[in-house]
Parts: sequence; structure tokens; C-alpha cells
Amino acid sequence: MRDEERRVLMSGREYVGAARIDGPLVFVRGTHPVGYRELVECVDADGNVRLGMVLDTSDDAVVVQVFEGTDGLTMPGTRTRFRGRPLTVGVSDRMLGRVFDGLGRPVDGGPAPLADDEPDVNGRPINPTAREYPRDFIQTGISVIDGMNTLIRGQKLPIFSGNGLPHNELAAQIARQAKLRGGATDFAVVFAAMGVKHDVARFFMRSFEETGALDNVALFLSLADAPSIERIITPRTALTLAEHLAYDRGLHVLVVMTDMSNYCESLREISTLRGEIPSRKGYPGYLYSDLAELYERSGMIRGVKGSITQLPILTMPNDDISHPIPDLSGYITEGQIVFEREMNGRGIYPPVAGLPSLSRLMKDGIGGGMTREDHPHLASQLFAAYSYVKDVRNLASVIGEEELTPLDHQYMEFGEFFERRFVNQRRDEDRTIEQTLDLGWEALKLLPAEELHRVTDEELDAYYHGNGQS
Amino acid sequence: MNERIIGQVRRVNGPVIEAMGIGDARMLELVKVGESGLIGEIIKLSGNGATIQVYEDTTGVAPLDNVYGTGRPLSLELGPGLLGTIYDGIQRPLDALLALSGRFIERGVSAEALDRTRLWAFEPRVAVGDEVSAGAVLGVVQETSRIEHRVCAPPGVSGRLVSVAPAGEYRVDETIAVVSGPDGERELSMMQRWPIREPRPVAQRKPLDIPLITGQRVIDTLFPLAKGGTVAIPGGFGTGKTMTQHAIAKWCDADIIVYIGCGERGNEMTDVLNEFPKLVDPRTGKSLMERTILIANTSNMPVSAREASVYTGVTLAEYYRDQGYHVAVMADSTSRWAEALRELSGRMEEMPAEEGFPAYLPTRIAEFYERAGYAETLSGADGSVTIIGAVSPPGGDFSEPVTQHTKRFVRCFWGLDRQLANARHYPAISWLDSYSEYLGDVRPWWEERVGPDWATAREEIMELLQKEVRLLQVVKLVGPDALPDSQRFVIEVCSMFKNAFLQQSAFDDVDRYSTVEKQLRMLLAIMAYWRRGQEAIKRGVTLHKLKRVKAVQDLVKMKFTIPNESPEEFDRLMARLERGIDQLEAIYA
Ligand SMILES: Nc1ncnc2c1ncn2[C@@H]1O[C@H](COP(=O)(O)OP(=O)(O)O)[C@@H](O)[C@H]1O
Ligand SMILES: [Mg+2]
Repeated sequence: MRDEERRVLMSGREYVGAARIDGPLVFVRGTHPVGYRELVECVDADGNVRLGMVLDTSDDAVVVQVFEGTDGLTMPGTRTRFRGRPLTVGVSDRMLGRVFDGLGRPVDGGPAPLADDEPDVNGRPINPTAREYPRDFIQTGISVIDGMNTLIRGQKLPIFSGNGLPHNELAAQIARQAKLRGGATDFAVVFAAMGVKHDVARFFMRSFEETGALDNVALFLSLADAPSIERIITPRTALTLAEHLAYDRGLHVLVVMTDMSNYCESLREISTLRGEIPSRKGYPGYLYSDLAELYERSGMIRGVKGSITQLPILTMPNDDISHPIPDLSGYITEGQIVFEREMNGRGIYPPVAGLPSLSRLMKDGIGGGMTREDHPHLASQLFAAYSYVKDVRNLASVIGEEELTPLDHQYMEFGEFFERRFVNQRRDEDRTIEQTLDLGWEALKLLPAEELHRVTDEELDAYYHGNGQS
Repeated sequence: MNERIIGQVRRVNGPVIEAMGIGDARMLELVKVGESGLIGEIIKLSGNGATIQVYEDTTGVAPLDNVYGTGRPLSLELGPGLLGTIYDGIQRPLDALLALSGRFIERGVSAEALDRTRLWAFEPRVAVGDEVSAGAVLGVVQETSRIEHRVCAPPGVSGRLVSVAPAGEYRVDETIAVVSGPDGERELSMMQRWPIREPRPVAQRKPLDIPLITGQRVIDTLFPLAKGGTVAIPGGFGTGKTMTQHAIAKWCDADIIVYIGCGERGNEMTDVLNEFPKLVDPRTGKSLMERTILIANTSNMPVSAREASVYTGVTLAEYYRDQGYHVAVMADSTSRWAEALRELSGRMEEMPAEEGFPAYLPTRIAEFYERAGYAETLSGADGSVTIIGAVSPPGGDFSEPVTQHTKRFVRCFWGLDRQLANARHYPAISWLDSYSEYLGDVRPWWEERVGPDWATAREEIMELLQKEVRLLQVVKLVGPDALPDSQRFVIEVCSMFKNAFLQQSAFDDVDRYSTVEKQLRMLLAIMAYWRRGQEAIKRGVTLHKLKRVKAVQDLVKMKFTIPNESPEEFDRLMARLERGIDQLEAIYA
């Protein structure tokens, strides 16, 4: 008999009593040989079943992490069953329009939807040769994204935010306005909430409702009052559905995950309980690999119609971008939209910091035939000029604005226009890419042509001098 | 393969498995775990226990599962058919895995690294009766239209040839020669095996004095790398490590490229797979994929295989070096490799040193870079392995252990600067933090091959850049107006040098690659502006007027407007510059 078949047969066995309970971890001794990462059912004294997973297995003891927490479990009263297979989740497109908990069980009062498939929530690595390189431009209608940090279908582009900044508003606006040029496509939104408050979930629901999109949205909620350990599985459940919708049903799926910082904290909690050697700030050494397991579940696959675009949201502890959570995320994702508290304080929405934000996939998705031929050079020029603005502002703060050279004054004006007119927009304002690019040129017209090294003479003729004379 | 049961699983903790009941097993022996045959390697033996690092996801592995020994270490298959292939960290061909298990990589699937069905046209270079020793070229195979694969006698072989296959088509595992030596007869095929953790032998190491030309101006002109050398590219996320590695892989003058994607993004490997076959090597006119081997162990693939991937890559490189080729290895990112070591070490509950890394981290880093070098091969030819390692310091802080230890063992350092990257000044290689210890070694090559004034011009601009730092500090305090034009001109020339020379667009068809001639001409043009401009300012011409000379403005765009093929256009540009400044002087001086 094969090892795996044998273990499935053993899954009927129930072990009474736990050797130790520590936070979300339950230690069980004297079991049959249990497989690594097996699905576990812990039954409490009242007969309620809680799901868990094997974290460590040996001939001596098995360590189980219980996703629904261990509150109320007793050492003698806990009964454990090992299911001989990993944790799976039933998926189908009937899950759209519904609300689930972090493990994929409905919490909207409706019945569990019929499943078409039941894949392992951990997913499996995509073979790099099976991937299709993403290059389709998504117009979000937001200038600082479309113009400077373009979102591409199949990209993973997180928002690095801070407490109290309007990241939810921006994510909802992107979800509402995102479209491909050249028409509608089959789309869906999968929303995973980890450790956020009820009102955040409600905000997103209302926002989807207003646009009539709620039927295309599946929500997985593991809110602040749910056991923190459930957050570890929530994004995996959500991504498993996203993969089904994208690769089996051909939908273009936008996955919004918030707040990744809460996810990482749960991971740290377990690691600490297990006495693992921490790396930076107490986070486990495998945080990078663990996050990669989530973020890499995005993209496109050759010969398959659908796609997964990820928009993870994370709040940077102390607004510190070098904190391990944003830092490791930035190393994995394909760019980042970084929020700046100071911009927010000046009433600029979205408060996107111009310089540290980046879209790595932009280079292959913009330009002639995709957005407009001047886009690559224009974006590069705006970055260069805005970067100089920052230097000039520093200088002005030392020597006083009056002492600046006339050229530097022009840069100050450019910076002001760029932030107030180009970046800043209404929360329901949906600009076309042409409007965005034209606005960029309008900003550049505040500078003398000799300063614009990054654009070609032809582009200057067409967009700088061309319209400028009128 | 004769596999035997060597013990049973006792404990599973992620990719690390402890086994018990171990009788005969060897350190670093390749093993298979459980009925699905997950590939692993014995990394520790103690009493009747063993620690195994498993190269695949261990989900479902349980105590008492059998562990099978294979009797050999983790080794590579070396022979024709490597070029143009993409492998995972333990040399499983990803194309074959795609055919076997579809778009997701399943556990326990395996495929031979070299295709056993493919026929290769072999031409012998030896005859029966010849005495051969390790490294001797037995015959050749045209592996791709640009690379002749030299089938060499593997290390350890020596004796007289008792048979040699006639020219014809053979599979990689067919016998093409039989050598009779002191230990009896040995059949040789076009394929050999070599353990990944063991450096392949060479006849002797040679000094490094030929630059590896990358076509990237900031590198070749300011911080040159030598063939056989080592360099680290550290930088925070998004500062351009991968783009720099890609640019070098595309345009450098190595014969063979081994690109290791170690714990990084899947899409970046896809990008290479899509782009390289379409790109043409400016030197040979052939597709770049014909000289490239890819190793992809992306961040979501098992962490142990990430640890192995850098050794796999460098072993492949040594194999082509031994055939007399110059090979460049890109490892993106060596930090992920170091972190894999840390994770495995942590799971084995070893005592950590700095930041959780094991105490043997520096030794491992040193051993890895030590495999680079310029050598006389066993067959008497020259070959080299150059290692270009990306480093991803947490928080972009270069004081962390991986960056610091790497710095001890490499001789060239291209530090990426966050401020430059933020301003989209690419490549964001800092001209202040970077250095190359190969400068003196490659200087004769540049002076003989390119131009006698290379080193002087380079020194001159480096001095100006240093001077600029001091002037900018003054400007920060009192504003630019406080400086006289002669000093502001230093800032102007440096700014010109940065815009016109250092910045290089990877996306522009003309600019993405500069020949050494073009690099020197551009540098000399800017230095001519410096000299002529200084004179003009001394004679009373204002900086403002000087900057508006048309030829000066054209200097900024020369990288785009003057193609590699037309260096003579620089003569015209220089003449116009002289004339333009002469005219100014005539009017204002
Ligand atoms: N030489 C270059 N030319 C143009 N753009 C570049 C260059 N280097 C980096 N970039 C830009 O910076 C982004 C990040 O670069 P990348 O090499 O992926 O960073 P890292 O590997 O250090 O995280 C790229 O997606 C590209 O937009
Ligand atoms: Mg990179």
C-alpha cells in the first residue's frame, strides 16, 4: 500500500487528549505516522470541529496549528483526527457574490456553494516556462498610477501605506475604475481581509455595491475579532479561488489583500511560540519565502485566458519602508505604490510619493500601440524633474526661497503643479490615459526645453512646442 | 539506478528531514524520500541518524517513510544539449517538467537533464592509439550554431585510446571512446557527471588582465570587471540589480552565459525566455539564447533547491570553461541563497551567528566566489569563469552580513544607490561607493586596444566627480549663485557626464549597448567640453551662454544619435563644439 493511501485510511482514527497547548499550537503524542502539513480536525469538548495543519511531525509528537484558535480547548478533552491530506477548499464560480470566512465557509447566511474542484490551499509553484509575460495596460483612471507607475494585467503591485491613510479608498477606486483599453472583459474581484475591522469590510462591500459589481466579488473575511491564526490561511484560500477563476474559468481576477502586515504578525506569533531563531525584528527567517508563496500566485499562463492581478495593501509600521514587511514585499512584488503622510497632510489624494513608487512591469506595457508613444520618455522626464524639485526644496529650506535661481523657481512651480494638478484628483475622478499624459506635458511646460534631456526633439515638437503655442 | 533503503524518516520540519536507522550512508549522498521519491541530500550524519535537506515540497512526508540511497552525490549531467535550456536548481529541465506535470510543478516528477533521444553529430579529434589524459579534446559537436561543444576526457581519466567512434550521429550516453588506463578500460560517452559542490580542476590559474566588456558605460569605463573576476551588485529593492544582470547577460563579450534566478521572480525568468531568443548578439549575429543556460529556482520554489542552484550554475560554467570558453555567471540573488542557508540552519537548530545566519556563511561565500578565475584548462586552452552576484541587503543597508562578507571576497563592487534609482538615473550604480580592483590590470588592454588616453581621461573625470561632491555641499548651504562660473562649470560638466554618459537606457535600441570605442569617444568629447569650456569662461564667456551652444546640447544626446557603427560622427561633433565655442569667444571675450 502506498504511504498516502495508508494515511487516508488512518484518518478515521481519533486521538483523545493533547500533550500540550500553547497559543494556537496543539501538541499530540502517540499518533500513527502523520504527514507534514496534513489537515487536522480538533474537536473540542462541545463537539465543535476546528481545522488545523501539521507544522512539525516526528515519531515522538505532532505539532498542530489550529486556524480557529485554541480558546476553550482542554488537554484531556481535545480529540484530534488527521485527515491524510492537506487543507483544501471547495471552489467554483458560484462563490462570486458571496461572503466567506478565512477558511472558505459561507458567513452570509447562504448555503455552501457546490464545489467544482477542491484544490490544496497552499497551491503549487507555477513552472516559469508556463508563464506568459504580462504586458496589457490597465487604465485605472488615476494619473500617478497610469502615468508614472502603470498597472499591468497579471502584476502584483502592493500599496505601502500607513495607519489612517486612504489606502482603502485608493484600492476601491482602482477596483471600480480598472479597465482594459478596447473594451470590457470578464472580470472578478477576490477580496481577502486579514485582521481589519468590520467597517473596512463594509466600506469595500458598499463600494462594490454602488457600481453593481458585488455579483462579481467574493469576499474572504478574517476580521480583527477572528482568531489571529486564521489570517495565515485566509490569503491562501482567496488565492486558491482566484486561481480557479483565472485558469479554469478564464476570468481576469483582481485580488485585493488587506492588511498584509496583520498576516505577517500572525506568522511571527507562531514562529515565536515555536522558539524559532528570528531574523530581523523577530520575524522568522522564512518570511520572504512565505510571502513569495502568496505573491507569486499572480500572473498569466500561456494558452490560458484568465489572469491574476494582485493589489496587496500593507501598513508600514511607523511609516518605515525599511521595516521587514514592506522591505521583503518590495523584493518580491513587481513594484510598489508608496503613500506619504506629508502629502496626505497637504490634502493631496492619492498621497502617492512620487519617487519611491515603482511599477516594474510598466516598461513592457506602455508606449506606442499600448498607451501613447511619448509615455516612456515623458514618465522618465517627470521622475527626473520631480526628483530635482526635492533637491530644490531642501535648498530653499536652508537658503530661503528668494535666494533660488530663476531656474530653480521654475522647478518649484513645476513641483507644485505636479502634486496639485497631476497627482491630486477626486476620489471619483476617472482620467483617460491621454488626459493623464497631456497633464504631464502641461507640467513640463513650466520648465525650459533645454532642461528636458529625457525626451526626444520629436516629442518636444509634438507635445511641448506643438500645443504650447496655442 | 541501484537504490537501497538506508533508513526511515523520524521527523519532518519543512525542507529538513531527520532520518533514523541509518547504516551505510555517505555524507552528501543523494537520497530519495518516501514513495514519491522526493530528492534530497544528506547534510549531516551522527550515530544512526542523518539530516537530509529535501529539494522538493515535503507535504505529506511522515515518520517511518523509507529513505533510499543512490550511492552518489548530487551531480550534474554535463554534455551537449545544455545551451538554450532552462533548469531548476537541481538541473531538472523545466520544459520537460511542463510536459510531465503541466503548468504547476508537481512533487516527485523527474526528468533527465540531457535529452537521451537526441542525436548529435560527433566528429572525433583523436585516433586509436593516442595517449589521452583528463581534459583532452576527444571530439567536437556543433551544439548551437555559434558554440562548438568540445567533448573532453573527464577529470580522472588517462590512458591509451583503444577505440574511437567514427564521425557520425550519437546520443549523449552512447560510447564514443574507450580508454585503457592503469585501472583497466573505461568507456566514455559525450556525457559526464560532476558533483555540484566540488570545483572542477584546471591546469593552473592565470592573472586577470582582460576586461569583460559589458557594453555598459559606467561599468566598462569607470569600474571595469576582468574576465575571470568577481563582482557584487548590492542594492535595495527596485534599484536595478536584475536589470543590470540582464543587460550584462545580453551584451557582454563572454562566450557563454549562465543565468541563475535564485529565489527571485518567475516573471523575470519568463522575460529572459521570451526576449533572449529574439535578441541578436552584436558580435556573432546569432541569437543570444544560443549561448545561454538558465537556472530558475524562483522564490516560490523549494528553498533547499535555492541553496543548490548557485552551485549548479557555477558547475555548468566550469564545464564550459574547461572547453576553453569564457563564461559569465549571473547569480540573482546571492542573498536568497544565503537566506536559504539560514533557514536550513535554523531548522537544524544550529547556533546562529549574526542575524540568524550560520557561522559558516563567510566560508560558503568565499568558496563560491573562489570558483571564478581565469585558467589554463587541462587541455591547455584558456578559459574563464566570471561571477557577477547580486546582493539584496535588508532595508537597503549595506552593513548587513551578506553584503559585508561578500565584499571581503570580491574585487569589484557596483553599489546601487537608492537616490539615483528614485530619480530614475539608470543604471543606478553609484560613482562614489563603487570600486574596481581590476582597474590597473585591464588598463594595458584599454590603452593598447582602444586608446592611449583612456586612463587619463577616466582619472580626470573621477577627480571632477569628487570635486563636485565638495562643491555641492557648498551649494547646499549658500545656493549656487555664491559660486563663480568656473566652479559652477565643474558641476555643469559632472551633470553633463551623468546625463550624457553614465545614464544608459536599457530600452533604447542605440543606447542599450556601447562599444568600447564609442565609450571612449563619448568620454573624450565630454572632456573636450571641460577643457574648452574652462578656457572660454576664463576669457569672460558666461556659463549661461556656454550651455546654450547647440553642439553642447547635442553632446547630451550623442548616446542616442551616434550609433556604435559610426564613430567618425564624433569627429564632426567635436569640430562643431570647437567652432561653437570659438564663435562665443569671438563675440563675448
Ligand atoms: N538600466 C535600466 N534602464 C531602465 N530602467 C531600469 C534600469 N535598471 C532598472 N530600471 C527600472 O527599475 C526597475 C527595477 O529594476 P530591477 O533590476 O528589477 O531592480 P532590483 O532587481 O534591484 O529589485 C525596473 O523594472 C526598471 O523599471
Ligand atoms: Mg531583482
